[in-house]
Amino acid sequence: MNAVLQGMGYNGWILPVLLALPLLGAVTMAVQGIGARGQDTLVQMQQARRTALLFFVAEAVLSLGLWWSVDVSSLAWQGLVDLPWIPQWGIRFTVGLDGIALMLVLLTTLLMPLAVLGSWTSIRERTHSYYALLLVLTTGMLGVFMALDLVLFYVMWEVMLVPMYLIIGVWGGQRRLYASLKFFLYTMIGSLLMLVAIVWLGLLAGESTGAPTFSYDAILQMSRTTQVTGAFWLFGAFALAFAVKVPMWPFHTWLPDAHVEAPTAGSVILAAIMLKMGTFGFIRFAVPLFPEVAMHPTVRAVILALAVIGIVYGALVALVQPDVKKLVAYSSVSHLGFVMLGIFAMTVEALQGALMVTISHGISTGALFLLIGMLYERRHTRQLADFGGIAKVMPVFAVMLTIVALSSIGVPGTNGFVGEFLVLLGSFTTQPVHAVIAATSVIFAAAYLLWAVQRVIYNPLTKPENQALKGFDLNWREIGLLTPLLIGILWLGVYPKPVLQKTEAAAARLVRAVDVAVSNARRVGGQP
Amino acid sequence: MIYDLAVPSQLLAALLPDLTLMGGAILLLLAAAWRPESDAHQRLIGRGAMGLVVLTMGSVIATALRGATVTDGPIAMDGFRWTMDLVILLGALGTIAISTEQHVRDGIKHPESHVLVLFAASGMMILAAARDLMVIFLGIEIMSVAVYVLAGLNRRSSRAAEGALKYFLLGAFATGFLLYGMALIYGATGETRLQEIAAALIRHSLALDPMFLVGMGLLLIGLAFKVAAVPFHMWAPDVYDGAPAPIAGFMAASVKAAAFATFLRIWYETFYSVYGLWANTVAWVAILTMVVGNVVALSQTNIKRMLAYSSIVHSGYLLVAVTAGTAVASGAVTFYLLAYTLATLGAFAVVGALQPVGETDAPIASYEGLWTVRPWLAVGMAIYLLAFLGFPVFGGMGFFAKWYLLSAAIASPGRLVLLSVIVVLTSVISAGYYLSIIRAMFMKPRAADAPEIPAAGPLTRTVLVVAAVLIVALGILPGQITPLTARSGFAPHPVDPALLSIPAQP
Repeated sequence: MNAVLQGMGYNGWILPVLLALPLLGAVTMAVQGIGARGQDTLVQMQQARRTALLFFVAEAVLSLGLWWSVDVSSLAWQGLVDLPWIPQWGIRFTVGLDGIALMLVLLTTLLMPLAVLGSWTSIRERTHSYYALLLVLTTGMLGVFMALDLVLFYVMWEVMLVPMYLIIGVWGGQRRLYASLKFFLYTMIGSLLMLVAIVWLGLLAGESTGAPTFSYDAILQMSRTTQVTGAFWLFGAFALAFAVKVPMWPFHTWLPDAHVEAPTAGSVILAAIMLKMGTFGFIRFAVPLFPEVAMHPTVRAVILALAVIGIVYGALVALVQPDVKKLVAYSSVSHLGFVMLGIFAMTVEALQGALMVTISHGISTGALFLLIGMLYERRHTRQLADFGGIAKVMPVFAVMLTIVALSSIGVPGTNGFVGEFLVLLGSFTTQPVHAVIAATSVIFAAAYLLWAVQRVIYNPLTKPENQALKGFDLNWREIGLLTPLLIGILWLGVYPKPVLQKTEAAAARLVRAVDVAVSNARRVGGQP
Repeated sequence: MIYDLAVPSQLLAALLPDLTLMGGAILLLLAAAWRPESDAHQRLIGRGAMGLVVLTMGSVIATALRGATVTDGPIAMDGFRWTMDLVILLGALGTIAISTEQHVRDGIKHPESHVLVLFAASGMMILAAARDLMVIFLGIEIMSVAVYVLAGLNRRSSRAAEGALKYFLLGAFATGFLLYGMALIYGATGETRLQEIAAALIRHSLALDPMFLVGMGLLLIGLAFKVAAVPFHMWAPDVYDGAPAPIAGFMAASVKAAAFATFLRIWYETFYSVYGLWANTVAWVAILTMVVGNVVALSQTNIKRMLAYSSIVHSGYLLVAVTAGTAVASGAVTFYLLAYTLATLGAFAVVGALQPVGETDAPIASYEGLWTVRPWLAVGMAIYLLAFLGFPVFGGMGFFAKWYLLSAAIASPGRLVLLSVIVVLTSVISAGYYLSIIRAMFMKPRAADAPEIPAAGPLTRTVLVVAAVLIVALGILPGQITPLTARSGFAPHPVDPALLSIPAQP
């Protein structure tokens, strides 16, 4: 397989193509939308979703080659493309992958077609604009995972804000205006401070040569060889931007609102991919660039404490939610706390576990939001109290929901177990107390999810609205779009090795680099 | 080659673009008075004025390409002047293009309004060139008097009358400050040439001379009024509100550009040796402007007043670049002003296009659901607003304008990190009101009784499209324009390290 790909020069063009294709799709959608103006909305919807699916499937198929072509053990960036962008300011268009970014890119490209299928019938108005925004959003998300120039990273980081803002605000639920604004402002506060930090870093990195540079490698090199002035504040700026996105407690309050109000595809993308950009930011930027600050006992203690608070708090709040979407939103806060714990425990197992949670949360929570969306389309409510006994009328749905819920709980044999177990295992060696507290949340997770499942699909079938669902079980499209996710859940649960293998080298490199930096700092005796 | 301004032919060559514009404007004024007022005549003069602006742009480029410089004298010939000239003329061109069509709808039939825009533009061009306090005063007056009249162009509107009168009285007062400041500086140094003043400051160690200090302070107040910096900003919302939309755009974009041109020129060429004396003051004015402007803008319900506060805020950002005091910063100012001019032209063109005929009120509520009836207008407006916000890709050039500004501030010898942080934090506040319009346009339904929006004319549409395309294109490839703006940067001088004490920034 690899030979075939090499024959095509795959690694040389794939990343820019993956970035450009959705943009091309967005332009196509816009042109189509103008052409279809005045037609029946149903005709428009059919045309728009078909075109969108075509582009997303093409994107997914193209990206699959990365699985083979990326050499994860190599020290060099894979698929590296480095072009001048704004030479006067030392800004370049540099994209490349390592094992960690690879998994996130594949997660994005493979989930997006499912998100389109999830919006298949639920988005009925202004469909062309909707899918065009989804396509632009995809470019932004992929760009974040690929960017190796800090300015390019920042641009991509911000680019996804506007499409998501519009997706929530135009196609969202009752309180969409409030939720979309909150989402936008929260993200913006963090990221603008990061912009100042990026400018500062770029100027510092260029001080020796006289020309500023924002290349990730150059800045990483600088941070390893010299004492970066103001490293504490720089780390703070990066960490704030990422912490809002993760979201870490107490910066999480935008998340439940955004999740609840967003249309199904929006919630899926938010939970499955966009939150991961925060944790990815920690792994790619905040920790490696400022290892002494990140591993400084106080800083580390604060972040670990916030992570553990997030884990427990998210689980406890999820327990009492009457709205099922909100419940899943808070469970995300809890799961992402695991990821943060894994990153800041800074052992290879914990870091790999964190990446595993990242991916399996994407799959499980994505599937949960899709299932909720399917139920919502039929019942137009998300209140747990309104359901009950759905299993009797929608058996296929019930089976799917149960499996996905179990994977989200982290039952052995599902993907959720592997990641959380690795995080606990890895962090126990360095942070036993945190690991023990975090472990309790697995029990809470079982409590809130099983209880929710019980109230939705078991319990007596008393409400006439629910009885009327008979004969409206999942259709083939819905089963088809959930199947890949279920396969992923079981496959990663039973045989996670391929994924772990892909991320191992990058994780080990990061842990080693941080260790070296911290011990260097100790030897010099300089406290950051 | 180096021009000697004492030789008349070379002086003429140095002033060729300015003379082209002024001479043409006088001819057009005669043509405007030739026939009775009518829409057709107004349009005709508008076309002529646009042609003249394009001709002037050509002569600016031709003169710039000749690469001549002057060493000394009341007129500068450098990249900064030419770039600012082009930015100003671009603003004038857009303004005239929109107003030829907008006037018809507003019922304004005065052809001389276009000529007034030309006169104002020629004053601005003088400001971009001037290196002598007397010439600067001349430029300010030529510009201001024309703009006072333009502010009251809509004679049937009582709000226009109020705004114009307010502008005139306050403006006259500010000019008084300015002139008094110039007089005191002349009294202290015995010079009116910017470089001579700077030399005299160092020669006689006048930095702490009270007469000079008061003079500098008064100059700062006068210019702060012209750029609408807090606390001298009160006139802006009323004037923008009363003036026809294109004229308000002209005031927001070009008047500000010209005022910043001379601000930068005076502060960098004359007062740089006493950087320590004014850096903190200007920084505080910038902070005040950013904070007050943004916070007050949040509570506006009329879009013109909101855009007025937004223009005040942008003065605050630009003052940060003034505080930076480097060649990079002056390049950043020209880049920023170009982006800002494009976005302002576009935004006020939309405001004009949506204004119901015969009304001056433009409530934000009337933008609700614009996307459903006029999708392209809504998309355009979103681009201009995101450019104001400094958002990448969708706001295009606006992002790199802010980027340039931040890197100039952080790279400056004073390392203005705190000021940069305030810039970005106040930008977050600004997201609140820019997004409120985007929200109204895209996320709210169109009211059933909303008035029909008349179709925009071809010229307005051209301005809208050109502004949006340029903003986005130069936002993706700013490298196409940065060499120009970088060359337009001029280094502050004279730099005497002994006199250059960089104070701790607030």
